[in-house]
Amino acid sequence: MSEHIIRFTVNGVRREQHVAAQRRLIDVLRDDCGLTGTKEGCSVGICGACSVLVDGEVISSCLLPATYADGTTITTIEGLARGGELTPLQDAFITEGGFQCGICTPGQLITATALLAAHPRPTDTQIDEWMTSNLCRCTGYHGIRRAIHKAAVT
Amino acid sequence: MNGFTYHEPTTWPAAQDLIAREPDATMLAGGTAFTLLLRQGLIRPTTVVSLRRISGANRILADSHGGLWIGAMATHSTVVRSPEVRRNWPEFADAAATVATLRIRNQATIGGSVAHADPASDVPVMLAALDAQVIVRKPNAAPRVPIDQLFIDTFTTSLAPGEFIESIQIAGRGPNTRAVYLKYTPRSVDDYATVSVAARAEVEEGRLRAPRIFLGAVGGRPMRAMSVEAALGDGTEARAFADAAALVRSDIDPIDDVRGSAEYKREMARVFVERALRTLVA
Ligand SMILES: Cc1cc2nc3c(=O)[nH]c(=O)nc-3n(C[C@H](O)[C@H](O)[C@H](O)COP(=O)(O)OP(=O)(O)OC[C@H]3O[C@@H](n4cnc5c(N)ncnc54)[C@H](O)[C@@H]3O)c2cc1C
Ligand code: FES
Ligand code: FES
Repeated sequence: MSEHIIRFTVNGVRREQHVAAQRRLIDVLRDDCGLTGTKEGCSVGICGACSVLVDGEVISSCLLPATYADGTTITTIEGLARGGELTPLQDAFITEGGFQCGICTPGQLITATALLAAHPRPTDTQIDEWMTSNLCRCTGYHGIRRAIHKAAVT
Repeated sequence: MNGFTYHEPTTWPAAQDLIAREPDATMLAGGTAFTLLLRQGLIRPTTVVSLRRISGANRILADSHGGLWIGAMATHSTVVRSPEVRRNWPEFADAAATVATLRIRNQATIGGSVAHADPASDVPVMLAALDAQVIVRKPNAAPRVPIDQLFIDTFTTSLAPGEFIESIQIAGRGPNTRAVYLKYTPRSVDDYATVSVAARAEVEEGRLRAPRIFLGAVGGRPMRAMSVEAALGDGTEARAFADAAALVRSDIDPIDDVRGSAEYKREMARVFVERALRTLVA
């Protein structure tokens, strides 16, 4: 059994953590870094609740070995708002009804943030392609789609 | 969950040395299958060798004959976005794009998909139809294995312990080569296939020559549609496609599961083989 030192930047803060080889990124984020905004839903890569950005790419933190975070830059839901100011996308999720219970919302916002970085004015097709990654049992998805369109024009 | 000793070699020879010393070592690529197998207790590795820091292992190169060299650690997303793949074998990029969701494609590697040998996976079926060669690393040798010979049964390849996949090669195409990958997912677009069909052939004036057809999710490995290929022969016209496609029922061995009954899958295999053939000549 081996332990490893991993160094990474999460939400602009440099971190150094000791991790056992079999740990997953989500455990390090939630339990060691106290970043509990990232949720664990299915634990098998399907639901998207655990989505985070690793070097700008959306991945499932429930499937990524923690050792793979070494040397990367990570963004979690806590890293979107700056100085208490929500991003236009977060605002739009509120005004367009992009969530109800909220359990899927951190993952939705992370994926939608990456989508807008790749396609600043996404089509419905592009939104559907990207957001298929993130399941929501409450909203019926229309509010999420509206919110993304709204954030894209502001 | 059991702990293990973990290594990240930075070159192929270093990886080989490690594995020579630890013959029971388990390889780790993107980790999408590994993490689940570990958590479910289906694997209990004592030593794990990650290939992620091996320099160049995720590269994709085009050769001067229109072929492709795909490093085992290239992710599905890298393939989908690769200008080299888009230029030489866009149909392969299309097949990789059908896998799961963007999030999984960002992490899951091509080498991992082939080595994992899940018969419901997409990329192995397309690579079989494209006659890909797998470059294997083993002590003192780097043999090329036709991918069709690599797949044995569900989650089983011909790789011996200590052997691993370095890269995958696809030869260039001729001016009349056509290929297609069709994935039938009636439940949701990010699902595994109920049935999938990869087909390649030479097409001239609407006639089809040298067809090569493989199906996914209907047997323990990518299943070759031998009877269909034989019935098509050389220079077949579209009106013969329906009769030829019907023969696929005896080439496959599907099981009843949540994605459909064995009988339903046989019927869908027939439908999708015919559709694939029509797409090739369209
Ligand atoms: C939610 C979800 C949905 C999915 N949907 C699909 C789908 O629709 N279609 C589809 O095709 N697949 C699907 N998959 C499967 C996915 O494609 C595979 O899990 C993935 O390709 C495995 O690659 P990896 O890099 O993550 O491999 P890992 O998990 O790192 O490794 C997988 C296995 O291969 C071995 N291995 C890896 N690389 C090598 C190598 N270079 N040489 C020798 N052995 C090696 C490992 O030891 C391990 O046994 C899905 C997976 C998930 C989690
Ligand atoms: S918790 Fe990771 S995808 Fe569902
Ligand atoms: S808001 Fe409840 S699951 Fe999406």
